[in-house]
Amino acid sequence: MDVEILSRIQFAFTISFHYIYPPLSIGLGLIMVIMEGMYLRTGNKVYETMTRFWTKIFALTFGIGVATGIVMEFEFGTNWATYSRYVGDVFGSALAAEGIFAFALESGFLGILLFGWNRVSYRVHFISTLGVWLGSMFSAVWIVVANSWQQTPAGYHIVGEGLEARAEIIDFWAMVFNPSSVDRIMHVWLGALLAGAFLVLSVHAYYLLRNRHVEISKKAFKIALVVATVFSLGQLLTGHKSADGVAHNQPAKLAALEGHFDSLSVADMYILGWVDKEKQEVSGLKIPGGLTFLLHQNTMTPIRGLNAFPEDERPTALNAIFQFYHLMVAIGMFLILLTLYASYLWWRGKLFDKKWLLWIFVFAVFLPQIANQVGWFAAEMGRQPWVVYGLLKTSDALSKVVTANQVLFSLIMFALVYLLLFLLFIYLLNKKIKTGPSDTELIDKRARQKEMAGIFKKQ
Amino acid sequence: METFLGIDYPTLWFLLVGGVFSGYAILDGFDLGAGAWHLFFRKELSRRIALNAVGPVWDGNEVWLVIGGGALFAGFPVVYATLFSAMYIPFMLFLLFLIFRAISIEFRSKEEMKWWRTMWDVSYSVSSIMLAFLLGIVLGNVLQGIAIGPGLEFQGHWLEFINPYAIMVGFTTLALFMMHGAIYLLMKTRGKLFVKLTNLLKRGIIFFVVAFGITTLFTLIYIPHLSDDFKSHPALFIIPLLAFLSIANIPRLASKKRFKLAFIFSSLTVAFLLILVAIELYPVLIMSTVDPMYDITVYNAASSQKSLSIMLIIAAIGAPLVLAYTIFVYKTFSGKVELDETSY
Repeated sequence: MDVEILSRIQFAFTISFHYIYPPLSIGLGLIMVIMEGMYLRTGNKVYETMTRFWTKIFALTFGIGVATGIVMEFEFGTNWATYSRYVGDVFGSALAAEGIFAFALESGFLGILLFGWNRVSYRVHFISTLGVWLGSMFSAVWIVVANSWQQTPAGYHIVGEGLEARAEIIDFWAMVFNPSSVDRIMHVWLGALLAGAFLVLSVHAYYLLRNRHVEISKKAFKIALVVATVFSLGQLLTGHKSADGVAHNQPAKLAALEGHFDSLSVADMYILGWVDKEKQEVSGLKIPGGLTFLLHQNTMTPIRGLNAFPEDERPTALNAIFQFYHLMVAIGMFLILLTLYASYLWWRGKLFDKKWLLWIFVFAVFLPQIANQVGWFAAEMGRQPWVVYGLLKTSDALSKVVTANQVLFSLIMFALVYLLLFLLFIYLLNKKIKTGPSDTELIDKRARQKEMAGIFKKQ
Repeated sequence: METFLGIDYPTLWFLLVGGVFSGYAILDGFDLGAGAWHLFFRKELSRRIALNAVGPVWDGNEVWLVIGGGALFAGFPVVYATLFSAMYIPFMLFLLFLIFRAISIEFRSKEEMKWWRTMWDVSYSVSSIMLAFLLGIVLGNVLQGIAIGPGLEFQGHWLEFINPYAIMVGFTTLALFMMHGAIYLLMKTRGKLFVKLTNLLKRGIIFFVVAFGITTLFTLIYIPHLSDDFKSHPALFIIPLLAFLSIANIPRLASKKRFKLAFIFSSLTVAFLLILVAIELYPVLIMSTVDPMYDITVYNAASSQKSLSIMLIIAAIGAPLVLAYTIFVYKTFSGKVELDETSY
């Protein structure tokens, strides 16, 4: 295998693995903010217990997220040196902003969130939880800004020619608010919040089915259900806006998402399908003219298909892109149905009566995770063959001095380490869930707070 | 070329990136150093206390590496690309140890079994040692220059990076961090562990002074170009003088048991040594051992004026915030380690 494919596999693998964790941190962060906020408002110890329980699980996901996150920053330099030289002037500032504005906030307050319970007042602890959550949200903003700039570059100009060519920034805000960033930030945020909410739903549904921690679980489940319902519905809107943006900014990607080959015709939308790249046809269940209708609210406007673009500027993995995209959409729709139905039962006062529904929630934890992953796959594979859309091809972005053997070494290293990490994560997560929130913690341990060192006391 | 306070932007960014990496070395330096001593502590309780001394802050310390990396990428993309792709294997190993260190801290306390805890103790200590050592390897190679050829691309073999000088700098970095880390732990502990650490610190100081002495001698004799700036500007000798004074002050303060002050001086030592490195390098960032025309300097590696000025604004807004959280967190966890139910 050559360096290009190995480097692509390595980047895709390391970032996919990493991306299991930050969405959980973002989603759990919001839920912890709500739980701890409820505790501050009501003074009810149940909320404190659930906040402490979820803080422990948060620590686990955050820890692995940090450990695996710095890898990608390094890989830009190690594996994609030509890319780094080409975009550093523009892309670098988004990455630096992420570090200084987001990650510092997050990691700074993390220590207080995890270890500060007996050292600071309730209010300061709540502010720390809020700080960690906001930090993780801002982190997503800058990373998605950087990625969106690769999808829809703006605010730059090209200087130099040939091998010397590189992008230089001319307008920072145009770079930040490039045509796709706002829609994609919203879409990524909501996807992350859903990942966290469904983990909470899953664990507490399990406790309810096992008749354990019932009081806590009922309250926590409801909090997470509100979050899940609101954002499942919201995802419909942000998803639609994102698709609109792709149609406008990256027509070749849109054509690949729906398997639309004709260079200019009314486009269908598929519920299910299989793309035959050779025959240039899709077989499956379709809504005739559906894509045209979704984008233009009529059934006449033709849409440019793959054949309208030069062969070397089309994505190649067409069936994979199609399947990933459709799987994401299908999961999104299912989550809407699921959360709306559960909300309806809640309204009728029967939320916890149906065991089968709770079982669905136990396993639904995988769905937002899968949707987040395949959604990114579709977005990134649909961007090919470009690494920066329309400017720099992926095959031109590599490090010239890195050999295939070196990348193979690091790829095997990451595969082994991440396998170990994942097994440990599952083992420890399972253990924490089995142990559960400690109801005995409902005794106030802060009595000794005054004696402890530190200056930020409650009184 | 635009300037700020009479300093051109690339130079300003050189100072800024250098400042962030100094902050990183001072902060992560003590927790890497503490990790390097970890296996010297025999009792479970001692190990727990040592781990919890860095527990709430190590993650915030590592952020400085992320910011430093981002600042280097944004300010000097050419350095980022050339250095990282040339040193592919060392940087991949660096990532490996970074991952293992993070998960060792997180996972160690999650099971009671002795083998489990010992396994993570070893992993934590070995990765702390290797991270300090690899940072030194990178620094050593940057100091003596690497084989950069046309297109500012590396044209050597990665095994060249493992050379005597780089290894010496590697040991010196490890020794510096171990001295720094021992002093930090002395501020955070009491009782038997505290007594044990006072002995370990003596060994750490000897280790550092020897390693530093050998490296300095070697540098002066075999890499004379690094001291050119000092020969042409005698006033700059104030920096090595200050470095020596602050190093000499550490054993003095340690023998008086004034560890807070000693920690300030070991932090200053880290800073002075890096300022020394900065003076030795500037304006070259990475010297080419092939031909001086391929030297990577602050000028041929820097981003555009526009980009640098944008990021100066980002830094001006961000730096006070980062300092504020850092101070707040350290104040919250100041004083000796107290284990409670949330500890590792």
